[in-house]
Amino acid sequence: MSMAFEPTSETEAADIIRQAAGAGMALAITGGGTRSGFGNRVRAEQVLSARKLSGIVSYNPAEMTMSAKAGTPMAEIEAALLGNRQMLAFEPMDHRGVMGTSGVPTIGGVFAANVSGPRRITAGAARDHLLGIRFVNGAGEAIKSGGRVMKNVTGLDLVKLLCGSHGTLGLLTEVTFKVLPLPPAAATIVAFGLDDAQAVAAMAHALSMPVEVSGAAHLTESVRYRFVGSSHPEGAATVLRLEGLPASVAVRAEKLKAAFAQVAPATVLDQEATEKLWRDIRDAKPYADGTQKPLWRVSVAPTAGHQLVAALRLQTGVDAFYDWQGGLVWLRMEADAEADMLRRFIKGIGGGHATLVRASDAVRAVIPAFEPEPAPVAALSARIKEKFDPMGIFNPGKMG
Amino acid sequence: MPETIAFLEPKPSVLARRRQIVEDLADILPAGCLISEKRGLVPFETDAFIAYRQVPLAVALPETTAQVAAVLKYCSRYGIPVVPRGAGTSLSGGAIPQSDAVVIGLSKMSRILDIDFANRSATVQAGVTNINISEAVSADGFFYAPDPSSQLACTIGGNIGMNSGGAHCLKYGVTTNNLLGVKMVLFDGTVIELGGKALDAQGYDLLGFVCGSEGQLGIVTEATVRLLAKPEGTRPVLFGFMSSEEAGSCVAEVIGSGIIPVAIEFMDKPAIGICEAFAQAGYPMDVEALLIVEVEGSEAEMEAMLASIIDIARRHGVATIRESQSATEAALIWKGRKSAFGATGRIADYICMDGTVPLSQLSYVLKKTAEIIDGYGLRVANVFHAGDGNMHPLILYNINDPEDAARAEAAGNDILRLCVDAGGCLTGEHGVGIEKRDLMLHQFTQMDLNQQMAARAAFDPQWIMNPSKVFPLEGRPVA
Ligand SMILES: Cc1cc2nc3c(=O)[nH]c(=O)nc-3n(C[C@@H](O)[C@H](O)[C@H](O)COP(=O)(O)OP(=O)(O)OC[C@H]3O[C@@H](n4cnc5c(N)ncnc54)[C@H](O)[C@@H]3O)c2cc1C
Ligand SMILES: Cc1cc2nc3c(=O)[nH]c(=O)nc-3n(C[C@H](O)[C@H](O)[C@H](O)COP(=O)(O)OP(=O)(O)OC[C@H]3O[C@@H](n4cnc5c(N)ncnc54)[C@H](O)[C@@H]3O)c2cc1C
Repeated sequence: MSMAFEPTSETEAADIIRQAAGAGMALAITGGGTRSGFGNRVRAEQVLSARKLSGIVSYNPAEMTMSAKAGTPMAEIEAALLGNRQMLAFEPMDHRGVMGTSGVPTIGGVFAANVSGPRRITAGAARDHLLGIRFVNGAGEAIKSGGRVMKNVTGLDLVKLLCGSHGTLGLLTEVTFKVLPLPPAAATIVAFGLDDAQAVAAMAHALSMPVEVSGAAHLTESVRYRFVGSSHPEGAATVLRLEGLPASVAVRAEKLKAAFAQVAPATVLDQEATEKLWRDIRDAKPYADGTQKPLWRVSVAPTAGHQLVAALRLQTGVDAFYDWQGGLVWLRMEADAEADMLRRFIKGIGGGHATLVRASDAVRAVIPAFEPEPAPVAALSARIKEKFDPMGIFNPGKMG
Repeated sequence: MPETIAFLEPKPSVLARRRQIVEDLADILPAGCLISEKRGLVPFETDAFIAYRQVPLAVALPETTAQVAAVLKYCSRYGIPVVPRGAGTSLSGGAIPQSDAVVIGLSKMSRILDIDFANRSATVQAGVTNINISEAVSADGFFYAPDPSSQLACTIGGNIGMNSGGAHCLKYGVTTNNLLGVKMVLFDGTVIELGGKALDAQGYDLLGFVCGSEGQLGIVTEATVRLLAKPEGTRPVLFGFMSSEEAGSCVAEVIGSGIIPVAIEFMDKPAIGICEAFAQAGYPMDVEALLIVEVEGSEAEMEAMLASIIDIARRHGVATIRESQSATEAALIWKGRKSAFGATGRIADYICMDGTVPLSQLSYVLKKTAEIIDGYGLRVANVFHAGDGNMHPLILYNINDPEDAARAEAAGNDILRLCVDAGGCLTGEHGVGIEKRDLMLHQFTQMDLNQQMAARAAFDPQWIMNPSKVFPLEGRPVA
């Protein structure tokens, strides 16, 4: 590939795309390129980067919305939010650790990949926070969808289709999203020594209590010391996050700790330790290990995650920990990616999907990164793709 | 009855085959699942947007997904338009049929299939009413969050059709944020499942695209929704103001301060009078505007939040503050609010607008709305979800006076244009239906709409699913 296209305006981007469509020239769409190793290998002749479509367009803290050009670095967005004690509530992960990439993640890349972290269980995913978009479709047409208000059902929701489309339906040029106040206080309750099944039951119980748990993860024994130090009791650590007003967090922490203390030794982590812990969970820290060992991100029903891992352990070398009350499983395979076995087992436990986040080039060449869809859904997705990108020039192969 | 909103011309080829179609559908469906006599069809001729009526060709009331699929397969084969229907409470005419259409009603599919507390999800058939879900899980300490005021009647299928909201969506989000999966039937009878108990699906977010698609992408027959643990306590508090502007700016400041109550509902003086007469909820009658602010959590948490909110309200000149003292009082406060539309309907005919505006524009839009209504010599009652800027001016008129009805429709259109011009949108939760269809070009360019229509065609290439709705009749792709 030669030099990347780096348009500085939507009009310029549209011109480039229109010409590429005319010439049948495939384009690899990137933001900061920090997740470029993700998804299937793209077969493209040119890179089209949103990097120079950059800058916060409007930020109205009182209305809790921000609009930014798609190539705006995440760091710039986070700094502006922090200045007003606000945040992206869906906690997008920083993939640089596990992927071993450098670069500057962009807000467009976050929404294009629908990246969400631990608070997903209560606050929703990236797609739940995206209010409006501007994008250029594969015919070079500039389109808008959604808006900047919290509730909007005007017309068909193209925002949802573009969010998570990994650059295969259009080039996002501008995104408008919801932001939320940073919680003034936070604490984490940790229970030690529970096995996976016990932990999943305990997390389900915690989420049935009126204490508003905003993070529920189970850090298995093999990874636990990467998260929680050895000054605490031994064994796996089951962690539950509480956030809100200081007095309220304190009261709820006592309640939750009391409930936990009946089944395991339990302790409470303060705000600083809480913030670090959940950032590490968000970024799958134990697997930011500088290796190419196959890393899977599995999404299943919360009570099914540990059943899947138990079944896999009988067959192959695997290391795992759980977020999302047990429903998000980070799986690192010791040797083979074992895609077929993994995907077969997932079907057996009631469905979900496995995404190959990292692997060597050789493995990625033969294993589809995304779970193959059932035939009628795949047909529908192919028709959608065709309606946005009739010439098939955006990220060919990425999701297929 | 005004005639300004057109429906698609009925297809002569379909009307001509009416008898044959009815016979064929009778073969496909079990006994008692097909309505084809005029008298039986009349109850389906409109929804809660009662100004328009169209008697459908037939009504199918299937009992299973397979029957829905069989009817759709048949209809697509002959190009017969299909209008999905839940409880018919749409306020935008989304469920109004057309004379050449088969209505597929989900009322017989009203079973709760699975409740899974450990995974905090419930799987239900599309015809289950919204309230049924919360009632089924309440004893175990859970609820289903989106709560449209019509929740006693409206169905989860209709909620998905419109991506419905409700008073408590300020904190918990609308239908799309609480929907985990659907089973649905495409135009040609293909059955697909999207999502499930896992929190995130991958591939294109077809589930998110289907939610709010107003019956144009297929028929939902089952839904898996997210359950939430009920809060420890909830408390609605009434704040009375001597002007709508003060109430509006109070809302903006509460939200701007970072406090997110579960609900902030707004009523102006006419709405207060109507609701109080109906529910005797103890609303203050001597104020111009009323906010119902609900907080939840532990006693200490509610106290702390309320203290901050009361501070803000005082800065905006609040005239009365009344905390509910008991569960009964709290229930009455909500009964009054949730029956607002029904109670209004007892004193006059109304059309309900649904524009949403940025909070900073709330006071301005309220003032302008009053001017528009005055200009047409009409009356209005405002009762709406203020916390997320979702306005519901109820324009009162007399349905039997065509001139009055035309004025009401024109005033409504002016108000919606005002909302868009203020940085908002035509509809926050009721959907475009037929009501706002011809205003779409005020919010979108033709190119924007073309992309939406192209995506629609990926699901329904024949355009048989609820075809008169959402998109202006001009500018559609030619078949
Ligand atoms: C290791 C790893 C794990 C990942 N895990 C997940 C995951 O679990 N869930 C998930 O949803 N995603 C996941 N992703 C996707 C991740 O691709 C995000 O891409 C990320 O936020 C990148 O920001 P960026 O600016 O560096 O984007 P890039 O790496 O440049 O691009 C990321 C993706 O978004 C597209 N893209 C970027 N900018 C635009 C734009 N302006 N318009 C349209 N498309 C654009 C790209 O084509 C690419 O597909 C993962 C990625 C990696 C590398
Ligand atoms: C008094 C009153 C108060 C209301 N309050 C609120 C409120 O607070 N918030 C709010 O959001 N709305 C409110 N509404 C509007 C209305 O209740 C909602 O739009 C509701 O979701 C409609 O549900 P329904 O079952 O009546 O659907 P219908 O009116 O029958 O249909 C609605 C739309 O969905 C489609 N549809 C129905 N079922 C299916 C299915 N199974 N598959 C695919 N498409 C389907 C229809 O074709 C139609 O386009 C209110 C209405 C009334 C009359």
